[in-house]
Amino acid sequence: MSILFKNAQLIDPSAEEVTTNDLMVRDGKIVDSSGKAETVIDCSGKYLAPGIVDIGVKVCEPGERHKESYKTAGAAAAAGGVTTIVTRADTDPTIDTPEALEFIRRRAAEVTPVNVLHIAALTKARAGREMTEIKFLQDAGAVAFSDGYRVVQNTKVLARAMVYAQSLDALIIAHPQEPILSDGGGATSGKFASLRGLPHVSPMAERMGLDRDISMIEMTGAAYHADQITTKRALPALERAKKNGLNITAGTSIHHLTLNEFDIADYRSFFKMTPPLRSEDDRIAMVEAVSTGLIDIISSQHTPQDEESKRLPFEAAASGAVGLETFLPAVLRLYHSGHLSLNHIFRAASYNPAKRLGLNSGRISIGAPADLMLFDADVPYVLNRENLHSKSKNTPFDGARLQGKVLRTFVGGTEVYRA
Amino acid sequence: MSFTSQHLLGIEPLRQEAITEILDLANAYVEQNRKSERPDPTLGGLTQINMFFENSTRTQASFELAGKRLGAVVMNMAMQASSIKKGETLIDTALTLNAMHPDLLVVRHPQSGAVDLLAQKVNCAVLNAGDGRHEHPTQALLDALTIMRAKGRLHRLNIAICGDIVHSRVARSNLILLGKMENRVRLVGPATLMPPDVAELGVEVYHDMEEGLRDVDVVMMLRLQKERMDGGFIPSEREYYHRYGLDRAKLGFAKSDAIVMHPGPMNRGVEIDGEIADDINRSVIQEQVEMGVGVRMAAMHLLARNMQNQKGVMA
Repeated sequence: MSILFKNAQLIDPSAEEVTTNDLMVRDGKIVDSSGKAETVIDCSGKYLAPGIVDIGVKVCEPGERHKESYKTAGAAAAAGGVTTIVTRADTDPTIDTPEALEFIRRRAAEVTPVNVLHIAALTKARAGREMTEIKFLQDAGAVAFSDGYRVVQNTKVLARAMVYAQSLDALIIAHPQEPILSDGGGATSGKFASLRGLPHVSPMAERMGLDRDISMIEMTGAAYHADQITTKRALPALERAKKNGLNITAGTSIHHLTLNEFDIADYRSFFKMTPPLRSEDDRIAMVEAVSTGLIDIISSQHTPQDEESKRLPFEAAASGAVGLETFLPAVLRLYHSGHLSLNHIFRAASYNPAKRLGLNSGRISIGAPADLMLFDADVPYVLNRENLHSKSKNTPFDGARLQGKVLRTFVGGTEVYRA
Repeated sequence: MSFTSQHLLGIEPLRQEAITEILDLANAYVEQNRKSERPDPTLGGLTQINMFFENSTRTQASFELAGKRLGAVVMNMAMQASSIKKGETLIDTALTLNAMHPDLLVVRHPQSGAVDLLAQKVNCAVLNAGDGRHEHPTQALLDALTIMRAKGRLHRLNIAICGDIVHSRVARSNLILLGKMENRVRLVGPATLMPPDVAELGVEVYHDMEEGLRDVDVVMMLRLQKERMDGGFIPSEREYYHRYGLDRAKLGFAKSDAIVMHPGPMNRGVEIDGEIADDINRSVIQEQVEMGVGVRMAAMHLLARNMQNQKGVMA
């Protein structure tokens, strides 16, 4: 089985510019583009890029299938050009045993057209008291360990988990926030929260959380990824840690790159995120950090919530937004505004996350899996949330004017989505 | 006609002329209320429901009296006792209410923005009687009317709002209203009870009471909202009283004819000395209560009018 993508605007994340080129796929892999292909796809004027590798996707199985299942998440991912989803462990029950992990792996494999990898919990029941069976979970397929948005407050427990994980080359993903200071804050401290009378959290909580974690990495040598850095004040610490050669990477979310606190406007709970949306200064600093590579990874932090948990007063509403399908058009806003090149975008959305997890996808190179997305970067439209494939429709981009649409998605050379 | 909104959710969306229109009508109602005969059928045949998701005696009574004086059928629903305990969401409550066809809904809720949310879902005029730490528009309007009557104007005054600002919807509505009417507003209180970056809202911030009260025309005290504090905002009530409690000595820094206001209920000996609260030459706290009924009558009158006009447009 072979496909020739002809005359594509090819986005190779390791290159600096988009080139017009052919790409050959045979038996699910990218190969040398000489020879004949059974299928030829004319890609003139369209962009071909490695599919997105999205770290930190919440699929609400087990526990809350009414919000999202592997089936609907898989359909949403395929439609969004996300060829690998890396799921969070914060389900009910938590994915903290090899048995639980095997169950969801089976579920995922049965119904999901894209690659699915799993993060397992770092501590049992994400309670922050005892580390999980990291080796068993690794053997069962866990690619990283994380308690999700819960911070392990007990530094003794975290230090031991880090040391143990380090000895197994296991990656720890953490949510850098000072948990007591940030408790209960649905908005970022500042003029907006003061005007709206919302419980707020100082952006300093993020830096304090990151500072603590950096000290812990220095102490233990653990491999560490910060799920979301969202504030300007946290960046110098991150930069120093990288300069000092610590095994640290950092992500940020598409929402923190494209929205700010004022988007909450009149208490729109679809804009309630964890961490809360930040100031415009912070947003600009995050975009800048992605372009310099200080922030390595962009993720959607896809978090499905049903109407019942969102249609509440802002303080009481659940946090998070779906993002798999709006990942591309949202991040393309930064391309259209001239802030990020397409190569930058796919470095942060595909190449870097794959590399961090030790995958050979997320790149355009011979032998890499043919996980690809073909897209139109310019087509304008108004998003209607009812058209999303996700079971939950909690997107902050409902009614937003967006540009850019996925045309076709391929996973291992097989087409899994066509617009 | 300047106040054209369908709801009264806050001071923030109101223009200066809208505020003036409400205050002028409220002033007329205050005079009318002082007469023993006051038949006014303005809201005759309309149904007003008071929904208080948070305990209130004074505000609820004021709204009830205002509705009754205008001939409305007034019903009180004590929400903190009933359906939310059973897990009903605010939206379900709104749908239930729609089925009862009220014309005016007066709502107080402990969460900021909850009244806005309710207003989006019901088919009647909604009056915000206080939402979380956000706004309490009728309180700001009654404070404004009190100032106007005591000072003869509502512009170019120096006004100090003192105490627990961060937890106070009254402070928020007041600073917005007084700013819109072109007064100089100062916020005075401990740094822990000051909202972050509040100076960007066009006010001056003081942490020292004597400095903050220097030469002001109006001293507006706020209640220390102990029920909203999860600990550690102030070291103790006695230190708070020492630094920020309004007594004769601190009031001495204000202009000699400065008036003292308090939205009530007061914590005597915490934020205000009882002697000041009862000083009829300085304290206008009783007047505030009186203005409250007039302001609420005016607000409901105008909302009913806007509703009528809206129907006219649609017909």
